[in-house]
Amino acid sequence: MAKLESTLTNMLLSLGGIALVASALLGFAYQATKGPIAEANQRILENAIKLVSPSDLKESKLGDMYMLPGGKDSLACYPVMDASGKLVVTAISTYTDEGFSGRFKIMVGFAPDGTIVNTAVLSHAETPGLGDKMDKSKADWSVQFNGKNPETYKLTVTKDGGDVDAITAATISSRAFCDATDRAYTAYMKGGRHE
Amino acid sequence: MDIFLIVISAIFVNNIVLAKFLGVCPFMGVSTKLETSFGMTGAVTFVMVIATTVTFLIQNYILVPFGIEFMQTIIFILVIASLVQLVEIVLKKVSPALYQALGIFLPLITTNCAVLGVAILAVGPADFSLIEAVVYAAANAVGFGLALATFAGLREHMELANIPKGMAGIPIAFVTAGLLALAFMGFAGIA
Amino acid sequence: MSKIKIFSKGILKENAVFVMLLGLCPVLGTTTSAINGLGMGVATLFVLLLSNITISLIKNIVPDMVRIPVFIVVIASLVTVLQLLMQAYTPGLYATLGLFIPLIVVNCMILGRAEAFASKNSLVDSILDALGMGLGFTLALTILGAVREVLGSGSVFDFKFMDGDGMLVFVLAPGGFLGLGFIIAILNWIKRNKEAKAKLQAVEINTKKK
Repeated sequence: MAKLESTLTNMLLSLGGIALVASALLGFAYQATKGPIAEANQRILENAIKLVSPSDLKESKLGDMYMLPGGKDSLACYPVMDASGKLVVTAISTYTDEGFSGRFKIMVGFAPDGTIVNTAVLSHAETPGLGDKMDKSKADWSVQFNGKNPETYKLTVTKDGGDVDAITAATISSRAFCDATDRAYTAYMKGGRHE
Repeated sequence: MDIFLIVISAIFVNNIVLAKFLGVCPFMGVSTKLETSFGMTGAVTFVMVIATTVTFLIQNYILVPFGIEFMQTIIFILVIASLVQLVEIVLKKVSPALYQALGIFLPLITTNCAVLGVAILAVGPADFSLIEAVVYAAANAVGFGLALATFAGLREHMELANIPKGMAGIPIAFVTAGLLALAFMGFAGIA
Repeated sequence: MSKIKIFSKGILKENAVFVMLLGLCPVLGTTTSAINGLGMGVATLFVLLLSNITISLIKNIVPDMVRIPVFIVVIASLVTVLQLLMQAYTPGLYATLGLFIPLIVVNCMILGRAEAFASKNSLVDSILDALGMGLGFTLALTILGAVREVLGSGSVFDFKFMDGDGMLVFVLAPGGFLGLGFIIAILNWIKRNKEAKAKLQAVEINTKKK
């Protein structure tokens, strides 16, 4: 087949036709991957909730998610019950805009009295090798929050007069982590369910 | 976010070329002469600000309301590609002098990932308002220009230096860029 | 050009990263570790292969004047499909590579191969070209990622062989430039040595003949 000439009709037909086929293909791909993407996100969420629950909790039930106001955005809260239906931990997805490379999101689990059970990083763009040490898969830094109650435990880095040891050479990321945790704590104590 | 913080962060702390690695191709390609680096910066600033404004409006008034955010990549690149063409045509008619200066750089901009990168980042997680997004784009363009001009100045001097044969040309340019990036890391302290 | 040559030229002789200096943004931005470099390389290979196939198939129905817009539409659609697939099946890698996945659209290597090769050659040749170029690109990213990971975090492919942190600067932005600069310098040095040796041999053969 000879190559088409660059006449106006040919150009319009060819460009239009290809754009049409491309968008049809995209629509199809979107429909096909919609389910798996939702599933993948759900898996990540459930995994994070599990990470911030007590590790000895064998059987658990996920309660209804509710939203709390916190800063510019609202925070999603996921209550986790044990087998008897008693509230054990509330996993709160929180964020900070104070990060070194903009916003990052973490999940914090609170016992009904506000004690921090555990934390997990959901998404971040902090510097590899420095700020990303807040992620448990990289370093044990965030373990220091576990079992602390922010009522008596000051959620700022020691440099600012708080109780949190900052990550070496990543004070900004550490401050941001505290900011996110504090946002979740304040919101939870103000409006969260405690039983 | 504070406008002032956005500007400082985009120009120095998170410099688009030296910290974010966007627009490295033109950074390496047109930085042999100080003069061409100014031309490139002018063209990039022009397109980056307009493109970010347009894509920001498209994202918030078309893609999000209709729930088709997954079309972001293809829509944004088409907007940028058509904008570059449009700017070229308008510039040719309105200001031949400016076209003379920026003309040859315009076609290169479509594949400059700094433009698409900034457009995507501006609608990203930082939650900018329109004004903040435009300021962000302009500040990034300035950051791009700063990195490019500094680097071009260094390379002009390097032509006179005695460089080991294996390192001459591209390798020493990369090493210089690395040292420049190291210097820019010092700005992180002021944030 | 023989089929083998079409395939192999992209891996070393015309390596997109080390020799042609194309697609540098993802090369520097995603190679903080070997596994990230490999992931980015494979993602790019995927888009390059499909784009070369598509463009080689439609080359006759695309008039010359609109070819660049058509190429961009094709590549951008493929990248969007890749984004959807990665979100569904490799969400972790998708989160790590972040911005650089949509930026595959503006990787000059892909548009370059479409324009310089696929739009002029047969389907089979275009596939071979994409595989060679893509593998070369992947190889370059993995090598740079491995070098930076070894020097910066004392591990390779997440396998830790050294205590402590290593030289952090190699994981950070400057290390990308430094690492790539030195790798290219070493390759240049090897090439020059080889050429010098070949010249020497040629001279020896000539003198023996006499």
